[in-house]
Amino acid sequence: MTNHWIDIKNSDAILIMGSNAAEHHPIAFKWIMKAKERGAALMHVDPKFSRTSARCDFHVPLRSGTDIAFLGGMIRYIFETDSWFKEYVVNYTNASFIVSKSFGFSDGLFTGYDPETRRYDKTSWRFERNSSGAPLRDDTLQHPRCVLNVIRKHFERYTLDSVSATTGVSKADLVRVYDIFCATGKPDKAGTMLYALGWTQHTVGVQNIRSAAIIQLLLGNIGVSGGGINALRGEPNVQGSTDHALLYDSIPGYHKAPVASWQTLADYNKANTPVSHVKGSVNWWQNRPKYVTSLLKAWYGDSATPENDFCYGLLPKLADGEDYSYMFIMDRVFQGKMRGGFIMGVNPMNSFPNTHKMRKALDNLDWLVVTEIHNSETSDNWRRPGADPAKIKTEVFLLPSAHRIEKEGTISNSGRWLQWFDKAVEPEGEARNFGNFWVPFINLMRKMYEEEGGACPEQLLKMRWYEKFDASDIAKRINGQFEADCEVNGKKYRKGQQVPMFTALKADGSTSSLNWLYAGSWTEEEGCKAKRRDPSQTPMQAKIGLFPNWSWCWPQNRRILYNRASVDLNGRPWDPSRAIIEWKDGKWVGDVPDGAQPPMAQSGVKPFIMTTDGTGLLFGTAPADGPLPEHYEPAETPIKEHPFSSQLSSPCYKYHKSAYDKMAEPADPAFPYVLTTYSLTEHWCGGGGTRAVPNLLEAEPQLYVEMSHELAKEKGIANGDGVIVESPRGAVEAIAMVTIRIRPFEVMGRTVHLIGMPFAYGWTTPGCGDSTNRLTIGACDPNTTIPELKACCVNIRKANKLTEIA
Amino acid sequence: MAVTRRKFLKLAGAGALCLTLSQLGFDMTEAKAYVAALKIEGAKEVHSVCPFCAVCCQIIAHVKDGRLVSTEGDPDFPVNQGTLCAKGAALFTMYTGKHRLTKPMYRAPYSSSWVEKDWDWTFRQIARRMKSARDKDFIAKDAKGRTVNRLESVFSMGTSHASNEECAVIHQALKGLGVIHQDHQART
Repeated sequence: MTNHWIDIKNSDAILIMGSNAAEHHPIAFKWIMKAKERGAALMHVDPKFSRTSARCDFHVPLRSGTDIAFLGGMIRYIFETDSWFKEYVVNYTNASFIVSKSFGFSDGLFTGYDPETRRYDKTSWRFERNSSGAPLRDDTLQHPRCVLNVIRKHFERYTLDSVSATTGVSKADLVRVYDIFCATGKPDKAGTMLYALGWTQHTVGVQNIRSAAIIQLLLGNIGVSGGGINALRGEPNVQGSTDHALLYDSIPGYHKAPVASWQTLADYNKANTPVSHVKGSVNWWQNRPKYVTSLLKAWYGDSATPENDFCYGLLPKLADGEDYSYMFIMDRVFQGKMRGGFIMGVNPMNSFPNTHKMRKALDNLDWLVVTEIHNSETSDNWRRPGADPAKIKTEVFLLPSAHRIEKEGTISNSGRWLQWFDKAVEPEGEARNFGNFWVPFINLMRKMYEEEGGACPEQLLKMRWYEKFDASDIAKRINGQFEADCEVNGKKYRKGQQVPMFTALKADGSTSSLNWLYAGSWTEEEGCKAKRRDPSQTPMQAKIGLFPNWSWCWPQNRRILYNRASVDLNGRPWDPSRAIIEWKDGKWVGDVPDGAQPPMAQSGVKPFIMTTDGTGLLFGTAPADGPLPEHYEPAETPIKEHPFSSQLSSPCYKYHKSAYDKMAEPADPAFPYVLTTYSLTEHWCGGGGTRAVPNLLEAEPQLYVEMSHELAKEKGIANGDGVIVESPRGAVEAIAMVTIRIRPFEVMGRTVHLIGMPFAYGWTTPGCGDSTNRLTIGACDPNTTIPELKACCVNIRKANKLTEIA
Repeated sequence: MAVTRRKFLKLAGAGALCLTLSQLGFDMTEAKAYVAALKIEGAKEVHSVCPFCAVCCQIIAHVKDGRLVSTEGDPDFPVNQGTLCAKGAALFTMYTGKHRLTKPMYRAPYSSSWVEKDWDWTFRQIARRMKSARDKDFIAKDAKGRTVNRLESVFSMGTSHASNEECAVIHQALKGLGVIHQDHQART
């Protein structure tokens, strides 16, 4: 989230899209309702009417997978109605930058596309630059190739007619949403967009969010209270686990994982440390070498010296451009290329798409370690329905895991608040927390390598490792410590003391930190700030629900990111009634500002300190699939063509080929209906934990499929009937729930039906049904490799008898 | 001392109770207070956080004689203000249910059952397999002769259920083993 849960109450217009917030974040929804009490407009754009729709002013049904068409239409509308916030856009975004002559877009493809590799060569996606390297700009925004005009032209095709024909949303509904949201393009109005997996789980997931970013920058809604783009993160510590990079492609603190072509730390720093030629750009990532060296120092301790590149050479290096994410892991397991694995606190045999392939794949492992609270469809895969254990070789070690209340430490909520939790009771039976497995496990591995030798023992032995897992000790190391006696701003620190904040981190080995973002969270001066329970606020902070003294948040306790964009060039809030920061008597008051320098008119400092050129990126060259969003159909689509180009689906999405990776043809008559999937308030994601709780299972006992009355009539299905839903990848039994919550769509002149199913059920809970994801598809976003769990094509029929559902 | 939201609620609650009882015409104050006190009287209050979504509602766990006796929303936390959803409200059942795994279990190749094992045996068995895979498959240099120090044949998945401190330790552990196939729920 750019903002935080409570801040949502400050909004004038809330567009909930790709999220069923009332169902999945019920407690946070109270802040959305607070906004409504203040007179905010609440809009829900989603394939089905849900608990969220019921709380909103109105619901707009949208065919799953057409969000970019919907949002692209809004971008066009912003220009058509001249709703964009000019002072903000000119000063704070790259709207005025001149795009290179070599850049182009034609019939759904940007310049540089290679159909063989399904990748773009991005060299033409750049700005014209002067001799010193600064981008050329036209602040009058007249230049035909300035970003604003390139965007205006790109979205000219997104007319109400085309958008309506593609999305299935009526023109009246489009205009209704556009009018309300575009009204926030004024200095004293704020609109927010709330999204979740309904935006990310598509082959165009990143571009869905890029569309939101373009709209929010054009309307001046980024950095302001009640504004922002807010990912309503679902998993309990998914913010923290991302910050600490339980991901192949990054290392803690949002640095890229080293690849083979970066052989030395100097290579790494050169490739990853941006240089800005724009006056006033803070270009914060120029500090990256300090954070990376401090991370290496935290990992390798005294073994890490300037002479040995701080042990950078010992880090595993990825093959350049290779994908090691879970869909690729599982494909390699399927191909028999893996010997073993660790699966902790996740249930892929229920939650990953194309589950039949996943379940078959796991049989190929020699050994598997599963760390869980309960037996799950993953731990017990060897005895799944239809499998013969006598033919499955995999050794499985199932380790009992401690629950939250049985351990201490910190988590980071969706608004980046670092919250400490104490241990209430000892772990049940012999259960252990994850740290209490990995620390002794690595100690044992180190002992074996010391005694026996083996492959590259120094990779393990040169690490600074821990005698036992102690959450406080690790939390302090995450903050960072001095590795030598140092002086910061005139204050002396001894070796081993806590660094006061990330500006104290150095690239010379005198500091260590397991994650620079968290530097400042546990200091000598104030101790563990995650434990703070002080609700005090200034009147200015109270007005917008800012609690700077309750816990702590990264970075630097800044509660609203990009907050320097909430003020004008002189540091005056665009809207004084919901000021986050203000330049008063020569200093900033309110939230911790994005940099302490005086306002832009005095200092020239631009508000977007994390981008190289200091501006919000209307035109962004980072995504693999284009510098601007473009509508493409899902990998499986009920239509053969759309009005925007002849490029039907994303030219870049990733997929695998195997007998288990079947896909329906576009507009395949065998699979005519769109399936979307979701979870439930009463069950946690795949349901592994909550199905074991009787009161929750009683509330939501079995797998169902929601469908319209029209489709039910067509198929001769009555409410409560047992049905079979089929995709090219599998068949699933469910109970029919015939409802007005789902309505047929008018798409490209014909009727398209959509059905919806939760995915919380699995065979280890008898009689409740089995994985919905046996239907879903392994087509993935080219940037994130997140699979398209929200849209695939299926058929449905009445079942003669049910075997999965009691 | 400032009146916190929680203290205010306690006071307001007491007021509401008196009103109701006087309306009923019975004085049940003592009986009600006795019943309410049974569960958490003398219990230690421990501050924790709900283990589900990333709203991270704060909770209070009441512990008596080392046993969990109650969980409830923390009224002082500015985000949830004491409230919890259906899952959060079911926490107590989740912790105290009989379905929990309490011992390391082992399923041998081609076996049709689980067998209980102790941690010491389990650690040694896993470590032996990990070392064997690492020693056989470790790639010190790639085809171009560049140092890559990676292991491709073992993967790790999970988890956003881990604390920040556990995440930091898991990431470092995998760097020490050379494991590059690493992922978790954030990619959803």
